[in-house]
Amino acid sequence: MDFLTLLQILDSTVRLATPLLLACLAGLFSERAGIFDIGLEGKMLAAAFMSGAVAYVSGNVWLGLLAGIGASMALSVIHGLASITFKGNQLISGVAINFLAAGLTVVIAQSWFAQGGRTPQLTGGARFNPVELPFAEAFRDIPIFGPIYAELISGHTIIVYIAALTVPLTWWILYRTRFGLRLRAVGENPAAVDTAGVSVVGLRYAAVGICGILCGIAGAYLATALQAGFVKDMSAGRGYIALAALIFAKWRPWYALYATLLFGFLQALALRPDLIERVLSFKVNGQLLDVLPYILTVIILAGFVGKAIPPRAGGEPYVKER
Amino acid sequence: MDVMPKWAEVVLVPLISLVLAAILSALVILAIGENPWDALMLMIDGALGSTYGWGYTLYYATNFIFTGLAVAIAFHARMFNIGGEGQAVLGGLGVALVCLYIPWPHWSLALVGATLGAALFGAAWAAIPAYLQAKRGSHIVITTIMFNFIAAALLNYLLIGALKADGMEPATPKFAESAHLPSFQDMFSFGETALFRGAPANISFFVAVLACVAVWALIWKTRLGYEIRAFGHSESAAKYAGISPTKIIMVAMMISGGLAGMMAINNVMGEAERLVLNAVEGAGFIGIAVALMGRSHPFGVFLAAILFGFLYQGGAELALWTSIPRELIVVIQALVILFTGALDQMVRGPLEKMFLAARRNKAEA
Amino acid sequence: MTAPAIELKGISKAFGPVQANKDISIRVMPGTIHGIIGENGAGKSTLMSILFGFYKADKGEIYISGNLTAIPDSQAAISAGIGMVFQHFKLVENFTVLENVVLGAEDSAMLKPSLARARKELKALAEEYGLNVEPDALIQDIGVGMQQRVEILKALYRKAEILILDEPTGVLTPAEADQLFRILERLKAEGKTIILITHKLREIMDATDTVSVMRRGEMTATVKTAETSPQELAELMVGRKVLLQVDKEVATPGANVLEVKDLRVVDDKGVERVKGISFNVAAGEILGIAGVAGNGQSELLEVLGGYENGTGTIIVNGTEIDLTGAHSDGQSRRDRGIAHVPEDRQREGLIMDYAAWENTAFGYHHDDKYQRSRLFMDNGAIQQDTVEKMERFDVRPPNPKLSAKNFSGGNQQKIVLAREIERNPDLLLVGQPTRGVDIGAIEFIHQQIVSLRDQGKAILLVSVELEEILSLADRVAVMFDGKIMGERLPSETNEQELGLLMAGITEMPDKPIIEAVEENLAHAGAGKEVH
Repeated sequence: MDFLTLLQILDSTVRLATPLLLACLAGLFSERAGIFDIGLEGKMLAAAFMSGAVAYVSGNVWLGLLAGIGASMALSVIHGLASITFKGNQLISGVAINFLAAGLTVVIAQSWFAQGGRTPQLTGGARFNPVELPFAEAFRDIPIFGPIYAELISGHTIIVYIAALTVPLTWWILYRTRFGLRLRAVGENPAAVDTAGVSVVGLRYAAVGICGILCGIAGAYLATALQAGFVKDMSAGRGYIALAALIFAKWRPWYALYATLLFGFLQALALRPDLIERVLSFKVNGQLLDVLPYILTVIILAGFVGKAIPPRAGGEPYVKER
Repeated sequence: MDVMPKWAEVVLVPLISLVLAAILSALVILAIGENPWDALMLMIDGALGSTYGWGYTLYYATNFIFTGLAVAIAFHARMFNIGGEGQAVLGGLGVALVCLYIPWPHWSLALVGATLGAALFGAAWAAIPAYLQAKRGSHIVITTIMFNFIAAALLNYLLIGALKADGMEPATPKFAESAHLPSFQDMFSFGETALFRGAPANISFFVAVLACVAVWALIWKTRLGYEIRAFGHSESAAKYAGISPTKIIMVAMMISGGLAGMMAINNVMGEAERLVLNAVEGAGFIGIAVALMGRSHPFGVFLAAILFGFLYQGGAELALWTSIPRELIVVIQALVILFTGALDQMVRGPLEKMFLAARRNKAEA
Repeated sequence: MTAPAIELKGISKAFGPVQANKDISIRVMPGTIHGIIGENGAGKSTLMSILFGFYKADKGEIYISGNLTAIPDSQAAISAGIGMVFQHFKLVENFTVLENVVLGAEDSAMLKPSLARARKELKALAEEYGLNVEPDALIQDIGVGMQQRVEILKALYRKAEILILDEPTGVLTPAEADQLFRILERLKAEGKTIILITHKLREIMDATDTVSVMRRGEMTATVKTAETSPQELAELMVGRKVLLQVDKEVATPGANVLEVKDLRVVDDKGVERVKGISFNVAAGEILGIAGVAGNGQSELLEVLGGYENGTGTIIVNGTEIDLTGAHSDGQSRRDRGIAHVPEDRQREGLIMDYAAWENTAFGYHHDDKYQRSRLFMDNGAIQQDTVEKMERFDVRPPNPKLSAKNFSGGNQQKIVLAREIERNPDLLLVGQPTRGVDIGAIEFIHQQIVSLRDQGKAILLVSVELEEILSLADRVAVMFDGKIMGERLPSETNEQELGLLMAGITEMPDKPIIEAVEENLAHAGAGKEVH
């Protein structure tokens, strides 16, 4: 395998890891605050549809992004109501949200566009287009660095760069700000936060809200950057993979980046069975490549890569002790 | 003291949840420019207006009884089995292998063999996530979802490979005639009057009813059921009483997977009579709504399964005659899960206040 | 005349159908220590939680320094100068001491300046009140004594003038408790007002200026401590005369029923909890295990009960018990004649959502008398058995179909006790038999345990209540940091000696006692979890 092919694989790794990373960080905010969110999948899907639909109708991808975030936030509010206000079962709420998104996106898509549950193809300004970083062409001839810069680092959509910046930003918020301290505390021991005079409900809604925004961006990326429009069930389990990555990363931002890059790499490989055949010199079954990320998820959850301790108050609604 | 009488908890809460889900669904139908009342009438007519409609409603209900029981029994052990879909896929594989490779002399024997095969394959598919949960603490919700994806890929692989029949379609050959299960039409037609004509409901409906009774007895009358419920209520207490968590997780999940797998005698053996791609059609997921709606009680599951059978058949009629797509049923299913499983406190809270106030008034009077 | 620091007028609070506080009024003068005493479930903690804004009262008014003050949430209570140290500490385990103090009282959106200021202030407070803590230690790495000081510092850092302490000595050694009371005296001397909630009469007598007694959600009396007696307070608490002493004959021990040799237990995190202990319990005697919670007693009971793995030797009636193999579970222990009243009935002893009759078979659901056939249980027989047990143990209400959660603590404990005692075991393990139990039931439970002893059974009693151990046990062993520090006869020892053993001190140190205690606890306290 030559250097350029490797760069191509890594390039698709970055593209495919981006929605996983955003969803993973979304889950990180939510779970660090003690709210399990299995509904990342549904929020991404809803955002993908709304962003695709609005981008198509308006021709403006930024409006699409906003609409996508709006759709994801609406589902976040439902999850917040169920798991914070009404102290319900967070897992069941997440599952319900996934089905709600899976059903509503198709019903509405069919009603609006009548194309069998998809949006029309997006073109031009209705999509996020690659951004050429400065000097990409000028540097191209420098050995090693040039191609890496021009092929791998430059030429992604703006959302990829936003996602990359979200990692240090998340770290900074979590460990350097008052909000971060309280957020981490509420996921570990909400009673400590409550008796310290800080609203548990407010903090958790804030976390769920941030989760909604990030899932919204992730979903919009699927429909308006990675692909050109919405198709039914296009999130394809990414929300669940992001959760596995989150566990793999032990709920830490930088590790979330590495974990999602690993999953992105596996997905990138699945797109190039020809390459694997060339390197390994035997044919690998296509179905096997497709399920590789799911199998890796199971392996990670089985703890064969180290034991992960989740936030202590995770998944349990906060009820004041008597 | 419990604030609400038991009947309110068991009947009123799910009923109000259902009404809320129905109202929201009606709003969705309105939003896409159709008339909810007309839609409801069309559904009732299509699903319950003829023995043909009933034949479909009960056919779907059979699937949902199996998957609903599967989710319910796992709930009793406080396990959330979202893997019913994949376990039903594997159950289909079990049925196909039993029906394709064993020459059955009579359908009744074939039914027994297929039921065992389906249960075995479904149980095996549930056993892996169960083991990982029991021994490694892997979150069973996520692992069972992953196993759904893996099951789909596995089936895909087999149906374009080893099990594929001649022709273009990714499907197995048709099962032998001796493995044909009596349909309702075969059973309930007398002379000239053919009831349930062309509908897929078949004898496995009665197997499903038997399964309800068996699960009821298991949960409330046997030691195993006692232990499963004890574990579900309190793992620490179960350990104190000498109940092995590993055993309960494994057994409960394997019974759950086995039940989900058993739905294949209905959809694979009873209806399609061969194994095709996507034969489960989301029934594994509907089991979640059915179990929640039925409050994990076999009788509740039975009723909820009939209700969802009606919705499913009615939804198909809607898709046929109006612009409302079949996915509307997924929306309704999501709303039912949401209201009965996650927002139940929203429904219960005001009810409890009402009952409390009523009791105070009575006490003062 | 100065206004009271706190005045509550007509406070009422109901949780669903349960009336936790009924029309309670109370005045606490500034610069005093005011005790609130009452049995479990009398409503003390609820009342204080209302004062701290943790719950909203249904009715009533709160005056702080003479001003009517609304306290809708903890933030309002903190602003009004109220600080609270809960029975179960409200600390974030994987945060540092400093982070816990700052949480919720940060100066700005950025953390760094807040932490820097808090570090300085903490040092000043520590010096002023003798509240030594390590600012950069993680909570999970420090002992409970220091955790409690962190809670007090949290309140002082928020400029609390009124400090409420809820059962503060429950997790402390006697020496640590004495130190706490010295700190409280110092706070009082600085003009702070302190409310001390406890069920221990001795603490009220030693530490408070005035005391209020609560019973069944009502305030029954408020008196000057100097003008009352423990006997009078106990009667006010219970509403009738109480026996504070258990009547029992001298034990006549027989052969050894239980022999434990070099038992060790390592928990899931790899920490050794029980570090090679050996002891015997003979037929017809009660061996009491004293010690502060979290020193390995729970793990000892769990191993003996068959649901924790250990190494070493356990011999029951002359035959060794399998500690690791397939026969190490609760079922096989019960088959060997071991019954177990666990420390935490709500977490272990009962399924709270099961009816009383289902709980009666719990752990014995394999017994032949409860089976109808190989497959099915005989639910009717279990219910009949329950009715009889409820009558013999005076469980109220005697309704076998009621869920366990709907019984009071004392009646729940009676259900467990009836189940375990009536199986006629050779060895009874009892953990915290009267925790969260009202005085009437305590008497009954103590009598049952003594009468089982008199029938010639061996009893291993684990309790953190020294008084209980001293009045029930025929021999006392003290556990500290997973080891047995010594065995004593109740007649030949006293609370002070046992208190030192509980802190791991076997002989009189040449430095001040509290220093020796602190040193030992700091050494042993890391990573301790109290159930």
